Parts: sequence; structure tokens; C-alpha cells
Amino acid sequence: MSKMDRRSFLRFGGLCVLGLGVLSGAEVLAEKQLKAAPASPALVGKKWAMVIDMKKCWEAGKGECRDCILACHRAHNVPDIANPKEEVKWIWTEPYEEVFLDQKQEYTAEGIQGKPFLVLCNHCDNPPCARVCPTKATFKREDGIVMMDYHRCIGCRFCMAACPFGARSFNFRDPRPLLPKLNPDFPTREMGVVEKCNFCAERLEAGALPLCVEACRQGALVFGDLEDGNSEVRTILRSRFTMRRRPELGTGPNVYYAI
Amino acid sequence: MYNARSILSGLGVFLVLITFPFWYNVGKSAAAPEPKLDTPAIQQLSRKQCVGSTPYMRANHMQLLEEWRTLAVREGKRVYEAADGKKYEISLEKTCLKCHGNKAQFCDQCHNSLSVKPDCWNCHVAPEGR
Repeated sequence: MSKMDRRSFLRFGGLCVLGLGVLSGAEVLAEKQLKAAPASPALVGKKWAMVIDMKKCWEAGKGECRDCILACHRAHNVPDIANPKEEVKWIWTEPYEEVFLDQKQEYTAEGIQGKPFLVLCNHCDNPPCARVCPTKATFKREDGIVMMDYHRCIGCRFCMAACPFGARSFNFRDPRPLLPKLNPDFPTREMGVVEKCNFCAERLEAGALPLCVEACRQGALVFGDLEDGNSEVRTILRSRFTMRRRPELGTGPNVYYAI
Repeated sequence: MYNARSILSGLGVFLVLITFPFWYNVGKSAAAPEPKLDTPAIQQLSRKQCVGSTPYMRANHMQLLEEWRTLAVREGKRVYEAADGKKYEISLEKTCLKCHGNKAQFCDQCHNSLSVKPDCWNCHVAPEGR
């Protein structure tokens, strides 16, 4: 074998390195191709939002109806804990004065005083919970949903301190034994993680509306895309006076209340 | 060599002790895990094919599950296209466990044998003795 001089050795080596680079690049490309295909029937939006017509809710339910809450909590395996310090909730009610703290005054209209308002995660434009999460377990999706990856949650509860709406609950114990009925199609949570409403991301991907919207027999809850000018939520926002919770904080809540 | 007797006997005891697991277990091989595939759901399939080939699934199911987790939770993609073009919903409960409903005879077989303790079941619901 002839002796290789320095120049041809370097040239050969360089070609080898180049070849390796191309090979791994090709592998990456090939791998990407057989990954996820887009789901066809999914509901796609740019900025999901909800409008809750409290008048419809009160008139029909007379303050007793809990259809949306029960439907949500059953489907998402939310445990039923009576102790308010340990309770877990995705959607629940609070009196007007608690919901609209900044509107609290001595002479609130009688029809509104102490009335229960339906509250849930506001899926804020600028979610403080996602910003403070040290593991990025909470993140904002492109369609506006503030989503949780329970696999990543370490239970530090920074998000609970950051959320001005109290929309997050911590699992102080294993929630499974506390479930009235286990829905095998949706995971439960485990002890030591925080949880909250996910705007039914799993249902949107299957082409269905959020369960609370579907469960409400009065149609008091309306869900839709704020970026779509013809969506039902935009139609209501154009025609009705609506309020958001604590807009002065700048989190940009996406749940609107029509009164 | 000074103290040859005590040094050599000490070495002997040391060797016996350190090789204890080997000679104690000679001839007593543990039974190989036998994951069972004969669930009713699998028996009804005309073509018995998982989302990947058997050797791939055996070696890489944990990586695949982790990819599925990222796709579903973080990217919101719930449809997986397998190498053969067939599409599957990305879901542990609705896809994997529909066929492999026998966690105790399937998952636990190897996991117990290898002393692997995945924490999937803390949250995901294992099907009950299907």
C-alpha cells in the first residue's frame, strides 16, 4: 500500500466527517416523516375563548343546576373532596363579590348580589402560571389553551401562587380512592401534582366542544375562536356587554361573562 | 512475607464472600418473563400487528411512549402514522391498552423480572383483568 501524504489524509478525513454529517441529517429527515399525521376532524382555533351567559345560567338552573360541573369533574376524574383546603376543582362557582373583586361595592344591584358565578381557568393570553413554572409543565399552546403536562409537574405550586383566579388545585393525597366513579378513558392525577381545566383539549382534538358547553342544557356556555370574526363568541361579544375577571392585572383572561 | 497465614486466609474468606452471589445461584436460573399476547382484543384482529414490529416494540416501547407523550400533550397531535401507513390514535388508554388489556400478564411480566418500576399507572388507568 502506498504511503498516504498529509494532504490526502486531511482530504480523506474531511470527506469522512462530511459524510457522517449528511448521514445523520438524512436520518433525522427520514425519522420526521413517519411521525404524527394531522387529525382530520379536530376543531382548530387560533385563540379559544368562552362566553358565559350568567342570566341564562341563573334563570334555568335557579342556582341549583350543576350539570356542567358534574359532567366535567366526572369525565376528567376530578375527585370529590369536601374540605375546602384540599378540594380539587376544574370548574366551580363563586359569589359575584369574589369573582369580580374590583367591582365590589356597597350598593350592588340586588339581582347580582351574592349570585353564584361559574369560574374556571381563564386560559390567559399572558398566563402567569406558565411563566413561573420551573419545569415548563404548564405551557401555552398555539391555540391559546393553557395546558398542563402532568408528567413534568413537580408540585412546587408556584403556579398556584401566581394564578390570580385560584384556578389551580393541588393534590394533597392520592385522588384515586376519592373518585366517585373512575373514567378509564382519561388519566387521573397523582399525589403531589397541580391540576386545572384544560378547555377539553382532548375533546377538541376529536372534533367535540368542551364538555361543560355540551352539558349545559340552556346553552349558557359558548365556546369559540376569538380570531374568527364570525364565531359565536365574537357575535355575542359584539352584541352584549361582557366582563372579564381582573383585566387590570394584564393576564388577558379569555373567559367572558355576559350579565 | 510477614503474617502470610492470616493474610492468605483473610484473602480466601474475602474471595468466598465476594463470589457468594455467583456460586450460591449456580444452576438456579430465574424463569424468563413470558409476556402474554392472547387477549380477546388481539385474538379478534385479522392481522396481528402492533404499531411497530415486535423486536422494535420489545426494545423501544419506552422511547415510543415518550415520543407519543410529547406529541399528544405538548404538540397536541393525536394521530400516529405507523411505518406501514396505518394510523393510530396516540393514547395509552385508548390504543395500547385496548389490545394489551392484560397488564399483569403483559407489562408486569418483564417489568417485575427486571425490577423496572414505571410510574405510568399512578395516573393512567390500567384496565382491570380483561
